[in-house]
Amino acid sequence: MLDGMKKSNAKLIAYGGFLAVAIAFPFISPNRYYLTVVTLGFIYAIAVYGLNLIVGYLGQLSLAQAGFFGLGAYVSGLLSLKLHLSFWISLPMAAVVTTLVALLVGLISFRTRGHYFVIFTLCIGVIINLVIEKWDDLTGGVRGLIGIPRPTSIGPIDFISLESQYYLVLFFLSLTIFVMSQIASSLVGRTFKSIRNSEELAATLGINVMRNKLLAFGIAAFFTGIAGALFAGYIRFIGPDISNPHLTFEFLLFLLIGGQATIAGPLVGTLIATGLTESLQFMQEYRMVVFGALLIIIVKFFPGGLVGAAMKLKTKIEKRMNKANKSVNAPSKGENHAAKNRGFN
Amino acid sequence: MNLLIQQTVNGLTLGSIYCLVALGLTLIYGIMEVPNFAHGHLYMVGGYVTFFMMTLYGLNYWVSAIISGIVLAVLGILLERLVFNPMRNSPSSNKFIAAVGAMLFLEASARVLWGSDFRSIPAIYDNVVVMGGVRLTEQRLIIIAGAVILMVALYVFIKHTMIGSTIEAMAQNRDGASLVGIDVNRVAMLTFAVASILASAAASLAGPIFLVYPGMGSLIIMKAFVIIVIGGMGSIPGAVLGSFILGLTESLGATYLSSNYKDVVAFAILVLILSIKPSGLFAKGAR
Amino acid sequence: MLLKTEALTKNFGGLTALNKVDFEIQESEIVAIIGPNGAGKSTFFNLISGYYPACSGTISFLGKDMTRTPTHEFACRGIGRTFQTTNLFTDSTVLDNLIIGYRSKTKMGMLDAIFNTSRARRDEGASREKATEVLEFIGLTEVKGQPVGNISQEAAKRLAIGLALVTEPRLLLLDEPAAGVNHGETNELAKLIKKIQQTGTTVCLIEHKVQMVMNLAHRIMVLNYGSKIAEGTPKEISNNERVIEAYLGGTAHA
Ligand SMILES: Nc1ncnc2c1ncn2[C@@H]1O[C@H](COP(=O)(O)OP(=O)(O)OP(=O)(O)O)[C@@H](O)[C@H]1O
Ligand SMILES: [Mg+2]
Repeated sequence: MLDGMKKSNAKLIAYGGFLAVAIAFPFISPNRYYLTVVTLGFIYAIAVYGLNLIVGYLGQLSLAQAGFFGLGAYVSGLLSLKLHLSFWISLPMAAVVTTLVALLVGLISFRTRGHYFVIFTLCIGVIINLVIEKWDDLTGGVRGLIGIPRPTSIGPIDFISLESQYYLVLFFLSLTIFVMSQIASSLVGRTFKSIRNSEELAATLGINVMRNKLLAFGIAAFFTGIAGALFAGYIRFIGPDISNPHLTFEFLLFLLIGGQATIAGPLVGTLIATGLTESLQFMQEYRMVVFGALLIIIVKFFPGGLVGAAMKLKTKIEKRMNKANKSVNAPSKGENHAAKNRGFN
Repeated sequence: MNLLIQQTVNGLTLGSIYCLVALGLTLIYGIMEVPNFAHGHLYMVGGYVTFFMMTLYGLNYWVSAIISGIVLAVLGILLERLVFNPMRNSPSSNKFIAAVGAMLFLEASARVLWGSDFRSIPAIYDNVVVMGGVRLTEQRLIIIAGAVILMVALYVFIKHTMIGSTIEAMAQNRDGASLVGIDVNRVAMLTFAVASILASAAASLAGPIFLVYPGMGSLIIMKAFVIIVIGGMGSIPGAVLGSFILGLTESLGATYLSSNYKDVVAFAILVLILSIKPSGLFAKGAR
Repeated sequence: MLLKTEALTKNFGGLTALNKVDFEIQESEIVAIIGPNGAGKSTFFNLISGYYPACSGTISFLGKDMTRTPTHEFACRGIGRTFQTTNLFTDSTVLDNLIIGYRSKTKMGMLDAIFNTSRARRDEGASREKATEVLEFIGLTEVKGQPVGNISQEAAKRLAIGLALVTEPRLLLLDEPAAGVNHGETNELAKLIKKIQQTGTTVCLIEHKVQMVMNLAHRIMVLNYGSKIAEGTPKEISNNERVIEAYLGGTAHA
């Protein structure tokens, strides 16, 4: 009980700290360029949170995510550009359409298993990409959509300045993180993890595996769609490239750098990777050479990513400190416990 | 009518190229149980090696193609040693991610080393042959003939050499008792070498007609995946059949349906197949 | 009658792993299934727990036909099981395994999780309570915080049984619960199984340890090459000619 309270306190402090820094960032950022980079990083991070739910928690390697990102961006872009709908209508529409498409895709793809699932979702990603590129009349083909309107102002708040757009994106990012952490710590999130660990066992225990997979897939797509819509409203120019599977691979890289199946991982990974990319502009060409190799090294040696490595380090230190404590004041409660455990083994 | 024949020949050409790539992919899948995402990029590197051998060193087309095969065999073995062998005991999605990493690495390296321009392997067999009212370039016939010769060679290798039949045995029966005494490492390396040689041969044959560029592996690898899903992952005859089905469908589909959506056809076929039969067309085993 | 199978059959390719088996399980008894290796015992379990679909024949549970029911429904309707190779959620702790095991009895959904509704809190509380209760019952309270990778083989076997119990089954299927544990531990497990039956749960177990089966079971079914060759009380079975023959003639493993 006490432990739980400690944990939730630490969690609150972490969230508070992040929010404080994020809110202060436009004031302390030395130049506006950083602000644009971080805003874009936040948008990507929202999509990476979606991927984290599927790959990290549910354990299903879906490679359709850039397709969903592009879908969200194009739905929102087209609605506001062609039908002149308000951003506040086109954004939820983008999320809903993306979710519906994903549910349909999930209904078919989750009947396949293992490698078939990966290849299937990859093909869905390619199909979305190709349709966006070839459906010239609607999407403008390779020319893309130009001049997408800014997010519509709400009463006195407009989204013209860079800062205001930053805060808008930050709002959605915080919402995403909140929802994801609520899910992760609940029975629903544990159910996803149990499916990742053993689908057969989960089903034997009465868990409806298909329904849970669809649920996770739908939520992931929902946020990916939102990220796409935010991208369209922020960059205001979109081309078929944003639905290319290469973007999925980048999301995957961000996720793996940060740490899959952790709450901080997607944000940490995305910010570090996009930050590195920007600060190493001179070696832009070599970027994917480095990232490609990095991807292999991470999955081989650090499958938990940065956050996973940090957590491992923390438990190690705690263990060591516990040991030190114990040897000082001999038979403490912890010692008793440990002794019993040893007896059992 | 002539158009139909013309497009059929084009479909066979396309199918031949797909076949050489898909065969390697399915062999590797059979042995390692990993979809080698980087396979299309081995094809790409193969194309570049042949191209540079011809243009930089002025070598003959066939000599260049052979050198390219040798270089690729080495590259394939390196890939197996550095990426797939260390990942042998990792979860399958991690293997897949590592393969994606290798793919990104190869493509980016090609861009850095050779730029993003489109290049074309100099065509030396561009005479037109007229057969029964159909006009064909010699290169197309060479592609088809080359693919057939390589397929026969592969067949002989697998059926009539010790190591070849070991590969087949391993592909069909990964954890069976018959594997006692097989040097798994050697078989894995050899499989990568053979698969890479096939990919490089595909690129050398296709190079004069299609173009050589860093991204050329991305599309063909996806199609090769579609093919081996159609044919059953790990199955050799399935890969051959799937390749020609796809080549012909694309070629005829582009003519009679829509050339704009020609590339979508492959993926639509796959989605259709997996929607109806989630475990692939020629799935083995119960359940 | 709790469970009834009629002409239940399963083929794997050309192999008939289970051949037209008729069997009945009565409420609150302990029945055992024995037979040489490869006789089809686990396959029988896999069919009556919905893990594999049957090729032909029918399964009914509490009078309802279950032949075409999806896997997860079996647990919801009251059939719990363990696997021959101990199957646990290896990436979580002992307690968390049991908490997940109770999931099918809870109702909270996505929105409950996001808004941490009273239903979410109630479900989480109930899961924890149930898990703790089962932990106590199977005698693993002391290792509840351990990752399952750290516990002994015998503890893992108990946990697997607990995982099935947490779903509150009417019928519990145990596939070789005492395989690979020593004599003393086997007796402890037998006690646990007896205790489970006494709380009103019907138990059906597969076991090679003859002593344990003879002591525990009220009734025994013998399978050989996928077919039922005998059924009866332990006494009847131990005197049955065909059974003795099957064990001595086949790949004996008793
Ligand atoms: N999924 C499967 N695919 C193919 N064959 C299978 C499968 N499962 C079981 N079999 C075969 O069915 C037969 C019966 O197997 P089963 O596991 O039911 O035997 P068992 O009686 O439980 O044996 P044991 O005492 O060794 O556990 C065996 O020949 C086995 O090889
Ligand atoms: Mg068995």
